[in-house]
Amino acid sequence: MAKVERPRSSATSALSFYIHIPYCSKRCGYCDFNTYTPKELGTADLALITTPYVDSAINEIELAKHQVGQAIVPTIFFGGGTPSLMPSGEIARLISSVRENFEISSEIEVTLEANPDTITEKYLSEIFAAGVNRLSMGMQSAVSHVLAALDRTHDPANVKQACEIAKRVGFKHLSVDLIYGVPGESIADWQTSYETAFSLPIDHISAYALIVETGTKLAAQVKRGELVMPSDDETAEKYLAFDGAAERAGFAWYELSNWAKPGGHCRHNIAYWNGSYWWGIGPGAHSYLNGRRWWNVKHPTTYQSAISGGQSPEANSELLSEENMRAEFIMLQIRMKEGIELARLDSRECEQAKSFRDSGHIDGEQWHSGRLVLTPRGRLIADRIVREMLV
Amino acid sequence: MPAIPLSKAPQPSKTDPAQIRNFCIIAHIDHGKSTLADRMLGITGVVDARNMREQYLDRMDIERERGITIKSQAVRLPWQSGLDGKDYILNMIDTPGHVDFTYEVSRSLAACEGAILLVDCAQGIEAQTLANLYLAMENDLTIIPVLNKIDLPAAQPEKFAEELAKLVGCKPEDCLRVSGKTGAGVEELLDQIVAQIPAPKGSADAPPRALIFDSVYDTYRGVVTYVRVFDGQLTPREQIQMVSTGVRHELLDIGVISPEPVSSKGIGVGEVGYLITGVKDVRLSRVGDTVTSYHNPAKQALSGYKDPKPMVFSGLYPIDGDDYPILRDALDKLQLNDAALVYEPETSVALGFGFRCGFLGLLHMEIVRERLEREFNLSLISTAPNVVYRVFLEDGSEKIVTNPSEYPDGKVAKVFEPIVKATILSPSDYIGTIMELCQSRRGTLGGMDYLSEDRVEIRYTLPLAEIVFDFFDQLKSRTKGYASLDYEPIGEAEGDLVKVDILLQGDTVDAFSSIVHREKAYPYGVMMTTKLRELIPRQQFEVPIQAAIGAKIIARENIRAIRKDVLAKCYGGDISRKRKLLEKQKEGKKRMKMVGRVEVPQEAFIAALSTNSDGESGKTKK
Repeated sequence: MAKVERPRSSATSALSFYIHIPYCSKRCGYCDFNTYTPKELGTADLALITTPYVDSAINEIELAKHQVGQAIVPTIFFGGGTPSLMPSGEIARLISSVRENFEISSEIEVTLEANPDTITEKYLSEIFAAGVNRLSMGMQSAVSHVLAALDRTHDPANVKQACEIAKRVGFKHLSVDLIYGVPGESIADWQTSYETAFSLPIDHISAYALIVETGTKLAAQVKRGELVMPSDDETAEKYLAFDGAAERAGFAWYELSNWAKPGGHCRHNIAYWNGSYWWGIGPGAHSYLNGRRWWNVKHPTTYQSAISGGQSPEANSELLSEENMRAEFIMLQIRMKEGIELARLDSRECEQAKSFRDSGHIDGEQWHSGRLVLTPRGRLIADRIVREMLV
Repeated sequence: MPAIPLSKAPQPSKTDPAQIRNFCIIAHIDHGKSTLADRMLGITGVVDARNMREQYLDRMDIERERGITIKSQAVRLPWQSGLDGKDYILNMIDTPGHVDFTYEVSRSLAACEGAILLVDCAQGIEAQTLANLYLAMENDLTIIPVLNKIDLPAAQPEKFAEELAKLVGCKPEDCLRVSGKTGAGVEELLDQIVAQIPAPKGSADAPPRALIFDSVYDTYRGVVTYVRVFDGQLTPREQIQMVSTGVRHELLDIGVISPEPVSSKGIGVGEVGYLITGVKDVRLSRVGDTVTSYHNPAKQALSGYKDPKPMVFSGLYPIDGDDYPILRDALDKLQLNDAALVYEPETSVALGFGFRCGFLGLLHMEIVRERLEREFNLSLISTAPNVVYRVFLEDGSEKIVTNPSEYPDGKVAKVFEPIVKATILSPSDYIGTIMELCQSRRGTLGGMDYLSEDRVEIRYTLPLAEIVFDFFDQLKSRTKGYASLDYEPIGEAEGDLVKVDILLQGDTVDAFSSIVHREKAYPYGVMMTTKLRELIPRQQFEVPIQAAIGAKIIARENIRAIRKDVLAKCYGGDISRKRKLLEKQKEGKKRMKMVGRVEVPQEAFIAALSTNSDGESGKTKK
């Protein structure tokens, strides 16, 4: 067994924060995230529960301080759920807490996932003033019937309006999420969606092939035959079409499902992929520090009662062996534009990788200069390549 | 009370042949032979009710579960005839009940003077029973026709009495009616055995001659040999000799089965018993061979000895390559008890290290495979069964081929393949579909007879290769399960045969090569390439699947390269799950075999090699 270092309580230079907001006004058909609606929580109004929840989250930030000691925070990411459902004052309280407990990088990136339907100029100005400087908006598609299949009801025009407001308020970094490979979506529908996205005043796009997660409404609809998933081949075509078009529109690919204009990369997500340390605040959130990964109890109520009882909300943890870390390194790094230095692979892994270079899935020129970088076709089978290299 | 206490019954080695009756029971697998035998053990008092268990004589688990008798035994039953009041010894010799064991059946029959033809009177006679009946008639045995299961509501004793009478050449009212289950008619049957079956004849003073009709390996005692004495006497500590092999043994123990082994002072003319010599391998004590005295040898062996000849071959491979030594040991052990099983090591590019095994037939193959999996906890892949071919090359040389991948690529002048005579019994409604099946399998009609108004016996000559390839399943499905099949090898015939190879990305997959009739080559090629396209998952590159005769491609399919195998999202909360999934996939990877650069899952091999969809289950008794 590889030797594993025990987590230490000091000498952590950088620590990113993920802050989970586990609430949505409604659950979308494809979503299996750890999020809850007012109905599920038995409350009429989310406003009644947000303040106590943020209190608990702030307690956990203090717990992090207690455990980690000094650290510089390069990024904060508000994910969910629907973080934009939180009153701006609560967002401000959370950011302040991080500021009070840790040193803040002068270049800090603070991202908030926002629902383009509900944000107002007032709201955006307030959270901008509180320190949020990047918005990630759930656009998904610009085509109504595709949105309907995703169980989303927003008017595609709202996205454009939200982006314009954000620009006016002063946000420099805007991102949209797109989903493709949705039942009933044609190649032309997909093209409409991404061309619409390219025309927005944004510097980042995440484009995800739809995953049918077990237990979702979508999975049930597919199982019953009400919705038919497109073939993997067609979804692959859409990926390649998007990748080409995005490059032409000035969005450079930098991670499997992420493209950005110069300076538009999401530094928070890059921290995950590079194996940097982060602390996840909130129910179900994962954290990673000094070779140890842990995750919190899943339900907001259990989470809050643990915190208010003075206990750690941690549900479980794992210590990563050398072998685990290596596997994760390859698994994550291969998805990125920089790829993996060949010198870091052993001979068997290299041998396996070579066969994918020969089949055109790994870039030959990059290989020649000592790096394993996937071609667009290779990205589409990245999981298989990792499996072949590691298993 | 016609049962005799054992102590007062005639004793082994001191029984007058005139008091002995040797008989066997000819029956189809589920016609109630074991139940009748159990009932006889009970009525004659050799097993009391307290010790009785179902299918007392069937020894192996598989026998009891599948309801078939693989190894025969002989039980000595004392009986006082209700007709003349005299004491008798009835030796019941159990016979294996399946087509693959015809030779063993014939040796059991040769040990008897009479046979009970036992037929379920709700079902009528089956093809295998008929074949064994003919065998018994050829051996000049006295046949006592018996209708069993008369207690069943569906019983039709009148109908089937007519059928039996016609076959045996008696009157319908001569057929006895019994129920093994209730015991009705069984005492009368025992009396009729005494009355109708002739006593054995032989010379007590001649050098001993005993026929081996079974040979079983026992972990504690070594090989137990079952014999019927024709002349002379065998006694303990005597030096004996096997006539065909010339092997000499000392008789460590001799006795009779009643129904547990009981040592005796010997066994004499007409008697049936067991011999133990300490030998560990049944091949040294072969069924059909003659046992004689080493110091006073008989001049002539009893007739009818044959070496067991494997007719069906298949490659057996462990799914986990590490199990190869276990498979080797397991085959060694099974062979101790199965003289008909032959095997030799074989290497397949696709399947790794394994053994090419020869079997008497399909059931024999199935039983061996099942025993390997069950008793030795092995998981196996077996190649599609094939027969043995005699190939003559243009240069005049001859090659025996038991593995299709060894079929010569060069110029073949002639090929000979084994031919069987098949007998099919069926309700007459299905004559058309049966004939269609047999014709499509290169059969030649030999004749057809009505057993009764609506039941018919159809005789065909067919290449054995056609039968080993899903014939039985086809027959059963075309006749709603009503037809029964029996076949026996009758020699060989020249065939217009070719080898079809299956290539994955240009590499021949040896396990899929098959020797087929020229006219069947194309359909076989299409069937295999289509099947494999469905079974083999998409790879990182396109994989052509081809069927070829020599260099000529006769069918082709393509497995397109995989386009997408990635999950779009991988953020903080996904990392652990993704890594753990990778670790889990290691197991799946183990079940992949590499053929050239193509990864083929074990399941694909198993599915592609099976000749039918659900495995052969038609002969399993529920």
